[in-house]
Amino acid sequence: MKIATKFLGEIEIREQDILTFEQGLLGLENEKNFVLLSIDADLPLAILQSVDNVEIGFVIAYPFAFKKDYSFDICENDRNQLQIEKEENVLTYSIVTMKETFQESTINLLAPLIINMDKKCGKQIVLQDNRSYPLRYPMHTLEGSAK
Amino acid sequence: MLVLSRKKDESIMIGDQIEIKILAVEGEQIKIGIVAPKTVKVHRSEVFEAIQAQNKEALSASSSFLEQLRKR
Repeated sequence: MKIATKFLGEIEIREQDILTFEQGLLGLENEKNFVLLSIDADLPLAILQSVDNVEIGFVIAYPFAFKKDYSFDICENDRNQLQIEKEENVLTYSIVTMKETFQESTINLLAPLIINMDKKCGKQIVLQDNRSYPLRYPMHTLEGSAK
Repeated sequence: MLVLSRKKDESIMIGDQIEIKILAVEGEQIKIGIVAPKTVKVHRSEVFEAIQAQNKEALSASSSFLEQLRKR
């Protein structure tokens, strides 16, 4: 099927690639169907595009490329909701807030996107306060590799 | 909304597993203790509001961002 995207114009996607975010994203509770789009294999970035709404497209980042020691637990409720059985099929992304320059841009480490590629579902989770990661973590420090 | 008055060291039970206790009242600030099972997430509501606002701000990224990456 064809969809209109915010960053890449009209593209062809396969229906089986649609990811369901049962609860939407925070503040965007009605947006439940997204696709992951790659942009440049050399960059730890991708796009999360709503299937239903061209305006709803996020630049997302592979957070471990920017913060090597980023780590968190996914609570039991979220694991159940996302039907997580094997960790290796679970992707973590952070939403990027793009500014005028790349140096000023930030990623959201406090509320990462967890995507279960096996079950084609995802959720934006909020990490617990006590080990709190920032809502706006500067992107300019590219620490790890993209892979 | 259910409204209850509590004094210092008094508490409220929500269901049979969640206890909210008033630990201290200092002027405008109230210290609250929360005992809840691990599966219950407890957050300050500002955290949620801030994340919602950040998501919306992230959406306002212009589509020229791809060019920006190439310039980097």
